[in-house]
Amino acid sequence: MKSMDLVILGGGPAGLAAAIAARKAGIQDLIILERDRELGGILNQCIHSGFGLHTFKEELTGPEYAARFADEALALGIPYKLNTMVLDLSADRVVTAVNRTDGLFQLQAKAVVLAMGCRERPRGALNIPGTRPAGIYTAGTAQRLVNMEGFLPGRRVVILGSGDIGLIMARRMTLEGAKVLCVAELMPYSGGLKRNIVQCLDDFGIPLKLSHTVVDIEGKERVTGVTIARVENGKPVPGTEEHFDCDTLLLSCGLLPENELSRSAGIALSPVTGGPLVDESLQTSLPGVFAAGNVLHVHDLVDYVSEEAAAAGRHAAACILGGTAQGEDEALPVTARHGVRYTVPATVHPARLDGSLTLRLRVDNVYRNKTLAVYAGQDCLWRRKRPVLAPGEMETIVIKGAALDKLPGCSGLTVTLEEV
Amino acid sequence: MMDVIIIGGGVSGCAAARELSRYKGNILVIDKEEDVCCGTTKANSAIVHAGFDAPAGSRMAALNVTGSRMMPDLAKELDFAYRQCGSLVVCLSEEDRPALEKLLENGRANGVEGLRIIGREELRALEPNIADEAVAALWAPTGGIVCPFGLTYAFAENAAKNGVQFQFDTEVQRIERMDGGWRLWTNRGPLEARCVVNAAGVHADELHNQVSADTMTIVPRRGDYFLLDHAAGEHVHHTIFQLPGKYGKGVLVTPTVHGNLLIGPTATDIDNKEDTATTAAELDEVRAKAGLAVKDLPLRQTITSFAGLRAHELRHEFFIEEAAPGFVDCAGIESPGLSASPAIGVEVARLVQNILHLEENPDFDPRRQGILDPKALPFAERAALIQENPAYGQIICRCETVTEGEIVDAIHRVPGARSLDGVKRRTRAGMGRCQAGFCSPRVLEILARELGVPQEEITKCGGQSRLIVGTNKDSL
Repeated sequence: MKSMDLVILGGGPAGLAAAIAARKAGIQDLIILERDRELGGILNQCIHSGFGLHTFKEELTGPEYAARFADEALALGIPYKLNTMVLDLSADRVVTAVNRTDGLFQLQAKAVVLAMGCRERPRGALNIPGTRPAGIYTAGTAQRLVNMEGFLPGRRVVILGSGDIGLIMARRMTLEGAKVLCVAELMPYSGGLKRNIVQCLDDFGIPLKLSHTVVDIEGKERVTGVTIARVENGKPVPGTEEHFDCDTLLLSCGLLPENELSRSAGIALSPVTGGPLVDESLQTSLPGVFAAGNVLHVHDLVDYVSEEAAAAGRHAAACILGGTAQGEDEALPVTARHGVRYTVPATVHPARLDGSLTLRLRVDNVYRNKTLAVYAGQDCLWRRKRPVLAPGEMETIVIKGAALDKLPGCSGLTVTLEEV
Repeated sequence: MMDVIIIGGGVSGCAAARELSRYKGNILVIDKEEDVCCGTTKANSAIVHAGFDAPAGSRMAALNVTGSRMMPDLAKELDFAYRQCGSLVVCLSEEDRPALEKLLENGRANGVEGLRIIGREELRALEPNIADEAVAALWAPTGGIVCPFGLTYAFAENAAKNGVQFQFDTEVQRIERMDGGWRLWTNRGPLEARCVVNAAGVHADELHNQVSADTMTIVPRRGDYFLLDHAAGEHVHHTIFQLPGKYGKGVLVTPTVHGNLLIGPTATDIDNKEDTATTAAELDEVRAKAGLAVKDLPLRQTITSFAGLRAHELRHEFFIEEAAPGFVDCAGIESPGLSASPAIGVEVARLVQNILHLEENPDFDPRRQGILDPKALPFAERAALIQENPAYGQIICRCETVTEGEIVDAIHRVPGARSLDGVKRRTRAGMGRCQAGFCSPRVLEILARELGVPQEEITKCGGQSRLIVGTNKDSL
């Protein structure tokens, strides 16, 4: 079995950024394993613009954003294998993978970065009753068919779920000649970015029906119609049904971090995010295994994926080069309270911080004029006013300097929303 | 004129075809769908009943027990997924205990081996997640689980190998008596046979009533199910039934041969024989009832829900007999039809043989090799296989780890996969937790390439179920 310093599982934005950062931190012996036909991950099918505003201060398309990182990885001579599926990750970091040219192979890694991304919640997980004909796609599958294969999966479309991919696909299907009849959203607010609601629905006159869901799908061979209804207290309200003649239902109802490999390796996962529980270095419960990007928690902007993954790459490099303390020092829990759904990281080793601590989180509802605050025990470390907080948008908190001195000895960190 | 036409390529029709392929004759299986395994056979509980349930003395009981006994050897001979995991009928209240005793008695009368009633402690040791209310259970070690698709394709492929032909998209509209046999008027023209086997599932009564005055009525009985991800597959280790009683009839919770958890079904008699739509009320019912016998069911791990129709004849019995000269019914095959199918095939073949007296087929080969699953091979063998055929190194379905090699094999079998669902039932590509989100564009591509047709013509399940309706901007 071949030994390697660093094996990166996934060549999307997270895997690429992690690899680049690790190489720059001095790791020569590394490889990216990517299951798809090219590097870049799901960005390759996101041909709309709006990527990279934070990182590059310009509006790139998904493939352009991916290419910036892929080009840099190539320039740095980072090896990668495409069409390569990782079949197993063991607790002692043996990676088993397969492809056409190398066949079945194993790599013993000193460190691993998990960057497998996420998948879409399928129809079955949503418990939508009705028939099971052709014409029901997750938004991402439709996006691949349209943007990468040039195929139209349908002509009259209802979309369930106002996640970003659903919103983007409402516009894309319209531009390609389909009629998008409406976007129904179970929650009283959209799960997508505000700018996408404006640019993808409002600009095209596509109605967004909040607090609505699909209650029936018709059609034996191909979808012939769907019925939507208003929802109150999680239940469809009888009498509010509205029928749409359509041949397609697109689903954009949430993304699930893809952690089957993590689970089989015995890595502890968060019941809230579905991703690994990590500490401040993005290290999972399995020493030497780090996680970043959508496999860790679903992000709103790819810029933050790149940023987070670069940190994971640096920490993995430090771990390989012996720089990361793997001691017995106690980790402090980070608790999410009062409207904060989760935080990444979930634990912090005060002694291992290098002058700054980044916390990422999402809230559980739409909030206006609240204060987001971080406490160490009773001491407030950080506090900022936020005019609007929404579940669709990730929040990032960076705590620096003297505030961090309060961490050693405290009982734990709390991240919470407060009245202004 | 054919010697035998079997109407219906479900598990019964295919089992009969395989048994009849032991004889020399022109045998044809026709189905109105684009593949075998498209009706009742594709949506059921995927279990092999031990045989304690059917009324003692019934044909149903006899064929169930015989079929269940045949299953282990048949699984080796025809290479399909089957596991004798055992089953438990859980009694949730002391007052229902007499019913449990009665079930035991009935099962013993049916000749089911190894039945016994176990108490709380033993039950909990066998199934830690059993409901706290459970007081006892009927333990049936010969109960099992099977892949209904795998079983049906095994029968069909072995029949084809031994000379049986298959014709799809062929619906019988009318049957008429002719000299020395029957003429079947189909949407694709007339077909003639000396002997007809009516294995038309929920539609078997319509055919039967054209040839016999002794009428039959089949009511489609719909059942909704939930299928849970592998992550939930170990929640129970045996098929768990609820004893009908204080809390109603209950639903079953069972592992599947592929490591999922299956929960259901409801039982609603409906009018429309094609209505396999799930309903909110029935899915709610499954959810409510499943938790009675098994606690902490991880329903959040649901990856799909579906409904199937049982071909329930009003008299609740299998009808396997010569209904008119040269017209053999294989009708009313509701549960435990899947379990009984090997025995049903033998019985149908016996009846047909009584009529036709066909010569034995000296070349009959009882063995069939399933689609090679590289996952099942040891590391070195799997590596060697990929070296020999790199398509086994290309994963197409991530969730179920299905390779291009398996999909290509499925397409070129006889009868082979022609649609996305055909590939799914044969290889499990698209059967996993993402429900074909990632792999369907790739499977489309492979189907189009191997069948030599444009991707736009590939369907989900035949007919008008096209997956792609055009190309970008083609209407602008």
